[in-house]
Formats: sequence, C-alpha cells, structure tokens
Amino acid sequence: MMFCGTEDPFGQLGTAVLAVLPLSFLCTGRAWGAEKPLARHANLSLSFFSSSVSHSQITRLYSRFTSLDKGENGTLSREDFQRIPELAINPLGDRIINAFFPEGEDQVNFRGFMRTLAHFRPIEDNEKSKDQNGPEPLNSRSNKLHFAFRLYDLDKDDKISRDELLQVLRMMVGVNISDEQLGSIADRTIQEADQDGDSAISFAEFVKVLEKVDVEQKMSIRFLH
Amino acid sequence: MRQVSGVALLLGLMALPAALGQRSSESPKYSNQSFAIVSFKWDHVKEPYIIALWILVASLAKIVFHLSHKVTRVVPESALLIVLGLFLGGIVWAADHIASFSLTPTVFFFYLLPPIVLDAGYFMPNRLFFGNLGSILLYAVIGTVWNAATTGLSLYGVYLTGIMGQLHSGLLDFLLFGSLIAAVDPVAVLAVFEEVHVNEVLFIIVFGESLLNDAVTVVLYNVFDSFVAIGAANVTGIECLKGIVSFFVVSLGGTLVGIFFAFLLSLVSRFTKHVRIIEPGFVFIISYLSYLTAEMLSLSAILAITFCGICCQKYVKANISEQSSTTVRYTMKMMASGAETIIFMFLGISAVDPDIWTWNTAFILLTLVFISVYRVIGVIIQTWILNRYRTVQLEIIDQVVMSYGGLRGAVAFALVALLDKDKVKDRNLFVSTTIIVVFFTVIFQGLTIKPLVQWLKVKKTEHREPKLNEKLHGRAFDHILSAIEDISGQIGHHYLRDKWSNFDRKFLRKILMRRSAQKSRDQILNVFHELNLKDAISYVAEGERRGSLAFIRSPSTDNTVNVDFSTPLPGTVESSVSYLLREKAGPVCLDMQALEQRRKSIRDTEDTLAHHTLQQYLYKPRQERNSSVIPNGNIPSENPVQDFTLKEKDLEFSESEENNDYETLHLGKGVNFLANVTKQNFTDTPAGDMDHDVEMTEYSSSDDQLNQNGNVSVNPLHFFPSCLQMPWTQNYSSLENRGNISLSAVSEYIASCDPNVPDLFWESGTDMNNKETVNSGYCSEVSFKSENSQEENTLLMFEGLEDSYIKEPQEKKMLLDIEGNYRSAAARRVQSRRSFHRPKPLHHPKLQKLASLPASCHVPPHSLEQEETQL
Repeated sequence: MMFCGTEDPFGQLGTAVLAVLPLSFLCTGRAWGAEKPLARHANLSLSFFSSSVSHSQITRLYSRFTSLDKGENGTLSREDFQRIPELAINPLGDRIINAFFPEGEDQVNFRGFMRTLAHFRPIEDNEKSKDQNGPEPLNSRSNKLHFAFRLYDLDKDDKISRDELLQVLRMMVGVNISDEQLGSIADRTIQEADQDGDSAISFAEFVKVLEKVDVEQKMSIRFLH
Repeated sequence: MRQVSGVALLLGLMALPAALGQRSSESPKYSNQSFAIVSFKWDHVKEPYIIALWILVASLAKIVFHLSHKVTRVVPESALLIVLGLFLGGIVWAADHIASFSLTPTVFFFYLLPPIVLDAGYFMPNRLFFGNLGSILLYAVIGTVWNAATTGLSLYGVYLTGIMGQLHSGLLDFLLFGSLIAAVDPVAVLAVFEEVHVNEVLFIIVFGESLLNDAVTVVLYNVFDSFVAIGAANVTGIECLKGIVSFFVVSLGGTLVGIFFAFLLSLVSRFTKHVRIIEPGFVFIISYLSYLTAEMLSLSAILAITFCGICCQKYVKANISEQSSTTVRYTMKMMASGAETIIFMFLGISAVDPDIWTWNTAFILLTLVFISVYRVIGVIIQTWILNRYRTVQLEIIDQVVMSYGGLRGAVAFALVALLDKDKVKDRNLFVSTTIIVVFFTVIFQGLTIKPLVQWLKVKKTEHREPKLNEKLHGRAFDHILSAIEDISGQIGHHYLRDKWSNFDRKFLRKILMRRSAQKSRDQILNVFHELNLKDAISYVAEGERRGSLAFIRSPSTDNTVNVDFSTPLPGTVESSVSYLLREKAGPVCLDMQALEQRRKSIRDTEDTLAHHTLQQYLYKPRQERNSSVIPNGNIPSENPVQDFTLKEKDLEFSESEENNDYETLHLGKGVNFLANVTKQNFTDTPAGDMDHDVEMTEYSSSDDQLNQNGNVSVNPLHFFPSCLQMPWTQNYSSLENRGNISLSAVSEYIASCDPNVPDLFWESGTDMNNKETVNSGYCSEVSFKSENSQEENTLLMFEGLEDSYIKEPQEKKMLLDIEGNYRSAAARRVQSRRSFHRPKPLHHPKLQKLASLPASCHVPPHSLEQEETQL
C-alpha cells in the first residue's frame, strides 16, 4: 500500500519550481495521445496545485480524469462520478460528488477537478514556513475543514443545523438506530460544539471543536505518481 | 528452536530455602511410623511454593519501588528489577555458592512471554497498527536482517584482524550471534516506552517492529543454528534458498494460525451467553493455544498470538459481557505486568553465575558499538525510503528516538541460552555479551531515553476526553478520503479500509457477533454512551459531594453538573442508565475508579432517585413503550429471530410480568379509581417523584386502552395492587436463581388462568428492552409502593371483592396442580389476593432485606437483559 508507484525525486524535494514545470508538461502532454486538453489545463492547474506536485502526479490524475470522462468532452458530469462503484456505496458519496461542481453547474473540467483534489494534498514542510501574506493554499487546515463543513451545510447558510447534522448522521450510522436516538446524538453533538446558543454549528465553532484533531493529517492523502 | 530443554526454573529454585529443605528431611513423618498429627511435608509443596515465593518477592519489590515517586520517575522499573535481581542473586550465591537460578528458555517462552504478547495484541490500536503496517514491516524485516548481517559480518571482520584474540568461531557463529542480538525486544520496548509516552505513531512503529521481527529472528536463528550444526563447508545455495522460503512460511504461517484461532475465539465468544462466568477464560485459553500450535508447527509463535489478539479483539469485546470484558482487561494486564516483572528480575538473577561469564573486552565493546551504530544507520536509510511514501513524515527527532529505542531484552537472552555448547564453542562468550548488551540497553538507554525525549521535545501523546464531534467528523473525514481515493483512482489506505469494513459488515460480523452486538456496535454510539455515563457519574458524585442527593428532587436549583435540563424528554422514562452501563462492553476504557463509582451509585435507594432523574434528563433514545400501547393479545412481531431458549423467556417473566399485568390488565372499573388514588398519594409523598411519573404514564396509557377497546374482559385475578406482587415476584426471581422452581409449571399455570397472559409475557420479553430494571431501582420502587399499599388494599377490596370470590375455587384447584413445596409466582399471587380479604401488614422486613440485597443477586435477568437490549 505504501510502496506502489515510482517517485520523481525532484518533485519530492520541492525543487521543481513553477517556472520549470509547465514546460515539462507540454512535453509530456505531447507524448500522450490526448495532448490538447492536457496542455490547456496543465498551465492553469499549476497555479493552485502547488509547486511540490510532480508532473507525473498530474499526468496520472489526468489519465484518470479522461478515463472517467465517458462523454469525452473534457468535462465530467455527475453521472461520470456516479459510475465509480465504490463511490456508489460511500454514504457521503453524493455529497462529495457535489463538492466537485461549482455552484449551479453540472460539468467540471480538469482544472476544477484538480482544484477540489488539491484540498487533500498533504502539507509539505516547506509550505509551513511560507509567509502568511500570500493567498491561503487550498490544502491549508482551514480549507480542509471548510471542505468538510460544506458537506454538512446543505443550505449554505454557514451553519450546520440540527436537521443537516441529522441527515449526515443517518447516512453514516445506518439504519439500525432509531430516529430518536439519532436525534439525541445530533442534539448532543450540537450542544457540545455550540457556543453562542443558536442550536447550530457555525464554521467558527466547527473549527473550534476540532482544534485538537490533526486535520492536516486526517484530511490528506498522498497522490500517487 | 525453543525446544523444551534445559533445567526447568522450578528445579533451579530448589536451592533457595536450603534451611527449609534440611528441616524437611528431619520431619517426624519419616522417623516415626506412628500417625503424626502434624507432619511437615516440604518436599510435597516445594516447587509451587518456591514459584509463589518468587512471584511474591517480585511483586513486593514493585510496591517498594513505587513508594518513592522520585526513583520511579527517573529510573525505569525494568532497570530497577534487573538491579534487584542482581542483588538477590548475589545474596543467594553468597549464601550457597550455588547459582542455579536462571531464566530458562522453556519457562520464558512457554509461560512468561505469551501473556505479554497477548496483552500487546489484544489491546493493539488496530487502526494505528494497520495504518503504519508498511513501515512496521519494513523495519521489522529489512531492519532486522540488516542489523543481523552487519553486526555479524563486522564482528567477524574485526575478529579476523586479531583484536579479539583467539576464538573457536567461524563466520557462521558470528552470523548466528548477530541474528539473535539483532532483534529489538518487545518486552523491553514495552517496559521502557510505556513510561515515556511518546506520540502514538512513533510508539506503534517501534513496538510493532519489535513484535513482528520475531519471524525474522526465528528464521535467521534457526537457519544459522542448523548451518553451524552441519558445518560451513556443507552450506549450499539450496540451503540458503530454503532459508528464504522458510521465512515466508514461518511468518505467514504464524499469522494464519493466529487469524484462525482469532476466528475460533470470536465464534466461541458468541455463544457464551449461558456461561458468563468462564467467558474470560476462553480468551486466554484459545489465544494460548494459538501460541502453542504455532510453536508446534515451528512457525512464529509470537506472530500467531499477536494476530490472534489483534483480530479477535473487536468481536470478543462486542460479544462478552461488560463484566467479562473488565475481567479480561485486568487479568491480562496483571499477567503481562507480572510476567514482565519476573522476566527482568530473573534476567538479573541469571547474570549471577560465574560459570557463564567469559570476558572478552574487545568483543563485548565492539558488539555494543556495532548494534548501536548499525541501528542508527538502518533507521536513517529505511526512514528515508519510507518518507517518500508516507503521508505522516518521520522527522529527524523521531528517527533519533527510534534508533535509541532499539532495546534488546529477554528474547535475545533466552535464544542465546538455547545454544548448544557442543556446537557453538563460544557459547559462554555469546551469553555474557548478550547479558551485557541487554543490561546496557535496558538500564542505560532506558534511563536516558526519558531525558532525551524531553530534551528533543518529541511530540507526546495527550490523553483527552473523547468528543462526539471529533468522532462524528472523523468518520466523515474517513468517508471523504476514501471517496477521494476512489475518484482519483488509486488504491490507498482509505480505499482498503473501506473495502475491509464493508466486508466486515457484510460477512464477518454476521458470523462472529451476537445479533444484539451487531446492531449496537458503532463507534459514534459508543462515544455517546460513554459521555452520558460520565455525565451520570459526575452527577451522582456532585450529589454525594453535597452530602445528599436531595437536590435532585428540585432539579431547577443551581445545578453545576454537566447535565442538560433544558429538554425533559418526556418519553424517555423507561430506558435506563443501567442499560447504558451494561451495554457498552466495548472499547470504552473506564478505569477501576469509575467502575467503583458506578457500583456505589447503584447501591442505595437514594441514589436510585438520582438514577430516575438521570433517566429522564440524560440524552437517550426515546423509545416507544410497546406493551402499554399494544392492545391485549397482539404479539409484537419484532424479534422473532432472537435465539432465546424457553427457559430464558420464563426467567424474564419473573422480572417484568407484573408491570405488564398492571399496565394492560387494569382495564376494569377499578382503574380510574386506582389512578386517582395513586395520584393523591403522589402529591402527598415528597419522595420518589420520578416513580410517580412512571406510574402516571402507565395509568393513562391503560386508560387509553380502555377507551380503545371498549369492551374488555376484566379478569379479577389481576385486581390487586402491584405493591403486593412486587415483593413476591422479587423473591420468586431470587428463588429461581437458585434453580428451585419449575418454570414451565409456572407459565402453564399462568397460561391457564388467563389466555392473554402468555402473549403479554411475550410482550414483556420484548419490552425488556425498554424497561428499567436495575435492582436497586426496583427495590426502591417496591418499598415506596408499600407505603401506599394499605389504602390501595382497602380500595381494591370494594372494587374487586365479588369477582374475586367467584374466582376463588378455581384458583385453589390450580394451586394443587403446582408441585413441590416451593411457591411459584402465580401461587403467591393467589395468596396475595387472599390477603385482600384479611388485610394484614405488608412484609416490611422482607422488603428491607430485598432492598439491601447486593446488586449481584439478580445476575441472570441482567445478563439477559443485556442480551435483549437493542438500539
């Protein structure tokens, strides 16, 4: 599980800088069959998928993207996602699929695809020491938490209400538990996090209640190359 | 390897009480033929006696060590024990000049090591372990081979230069020594790291390595041992190939044996419902069998018992009762800790034997240097490789601790003691070097690792309260990550874990878990239960701090306890805290103190009031009260699959039948009247508000039923106050516990009295889920009701007099049908009816006695209830 894939040593060391990579993508892209869309997206995607991502990672994800793209139009629809068998049985599957789509749209291009995945990139050592002035990277702790928060917050009012929590609970805990019991769990969860007494969890409260959790670690996966 | 050889420990111990031994020979038994009133038979008890004495000495030593916190904070216990062993060994040697005590391989591998490893496996944090399995395996396999090879080869290289003088060993002997000294020892690592509290990832890597390297050690040791035996000239490439193959056989075989026995154990624990008392025994016996089986097949025994513990823990903890779970936990900890104590003490004692010492400064010093240096190099190289694939990087600091934590211990010593002196000429040198290495790593590194960890500011574990939010959102994170892995099309941890948990849910749980456990096993629920429990305990503790629990009766006054009073949850009366207490036989680790507190809280009647309050105010499922809303005669369709035997059902009747009778059969004209009376009583009596609430709801529901059904046949048999039934039924159930009563007779009798009753019993059986039946709560209810009984008696006399007269002859006839001189509940019922006509004082002494009964006297209904509780 840990030993699959090969590693581009330069990518790991973080030495491949913004300027170098687009060039290499163009080269790699040309070698591929579907060079055009890759070339188009690769330049764009780099700006947020930060410097420490090797081009092999991006090409691998691009080939995944194209294999998901049954319509072969350079974008993914919800149906494309729903065809993934594991995702169909994931209790939060639908919500996670929705997180890939920008507000009001039902297509996502490679750039959007990568933008969402970028949330789950582990935080590298050299990024921790980065100056705080620049725009917050997508894989920051706060952005990772916000991604999870949005899964709960269906009505986008920046609060997890009891009903919203209950829906997620029902999806995750399953059918063996009575509504009443789920309700009391939801009540208690909200009570535990709620600080301003509005019987809902705001994002600030969400961050606060998870402050001891190693979110950076728990919301990161290592993308293969 | 590890054949049963050498002198047993017991024999070695014989020399200690020499004085006693002498006396025994003079005992009158032998000199005098006549019958001796008292005979001194030392020889008879010698062996177990000495073993017990040694264990006692070791345990007492532990007490003494902990008298001074300063010492134990600085010096690890293992080091102290070794020093104590040296000291004791010195005394014995000085007294006798016999040094025949030693840690023999037989005793070590058969009796001392298994409990420690089982403890490690059974309490292994599985998620952490499997999450880092890749790293652990790399360190365990490659690391150990690396250490063995480099140490052996380097020592041989230095030997060739001639620094060490003349030895009788060739390359193979050095490699053999390297292979036994290479392995990091689980016992030593546990002993030292448990006191250091480094962060969990670091701990699991070092500790996991020490457990899993056993297979490598076994294979390397066996291979080189046999190579030495057949001679260097005869070693061919095929032999080497065999060695590599045997590594896979030994490791995978050991693991499979462990998994097989784990499966067996989980399966057995599913069916131990009726033998709760020996339930914990299965855990130990079956795990031990896995160890012995692997040993028998010359597979890795440590891997077998480790994986047995790892794989069974989830199912066993879900299946066995909470008491058994606690028993297993403490027995296992006690045995592991005891074994560890004895191991270290005997390591010290074993060293006091001039026969085994062969000093060779260069060899010993170089061994120390090489094992340390190569460990560091190995760790750095492997970590560099691993860090390219790990999400959680291992920092430089972690690597320092990992290198420094490579402690050698008793496994190496036992292995070196197994060597055959005829085959390995320098056995004594190897033994003394191993002893030095073990002492150096355990004492010196053990002493310095704590300051080192503090100085390097290694991230430590912090114990913190579980939070529902953390658990819930953590679950969400897992789902998110596995979805992301699915989308990005890679097979990672989360993907595998997801697959596994699906497989587990679909197949394994269905086979290995009890039905009730299958439903209730959910981490989120467990945390929820645990939090509620804590609330309950702190609530009662708060009450006790104030001197009484009286404040509970006025719930609105300044309550500082963390209980939410804002939502009264009116429907929750019947589910109980006790149900929570018993149900969570899971991973929730409440310590002894909490258990004690719990017991206390169930003990006296005042606390039961608190208990009722808690019932109302704590979060909990708002369950429907089936029996009170289902019209007479309708069997609830739920639970047809519960695998209860008839006997159990009958047992439950005794617990709850009167509730049902009371609720569902008080449908006649007396009901309203009764209800009114009780209402009055309630307002009069200051105590027991909660009971009143319960009563009231029941009454009203039965009223509703009356309205619904319209025409309900009234059976006067049931026209007597529950207060009169309760004490007898209580008695009945306690009688029944002694097995005196023919249950079927009772149920038949009851069935013949009222056709509705069996159905109701059925209901009561299922209704047990919701019913609150803590003993003390029960008793308090009884005593409380007795206060009102007089009034109710008289009232009932007016209401039910005529009917009951008509019924009387039939009942008498029924009474005759019941065999034996004991009384069934039904018979008592008849008696109680008669008492209406001749009102006499209630059996207060009986009640008091009942109320004072310890909680354990109703064990069977409890355990049954647990079986039935469902979420």
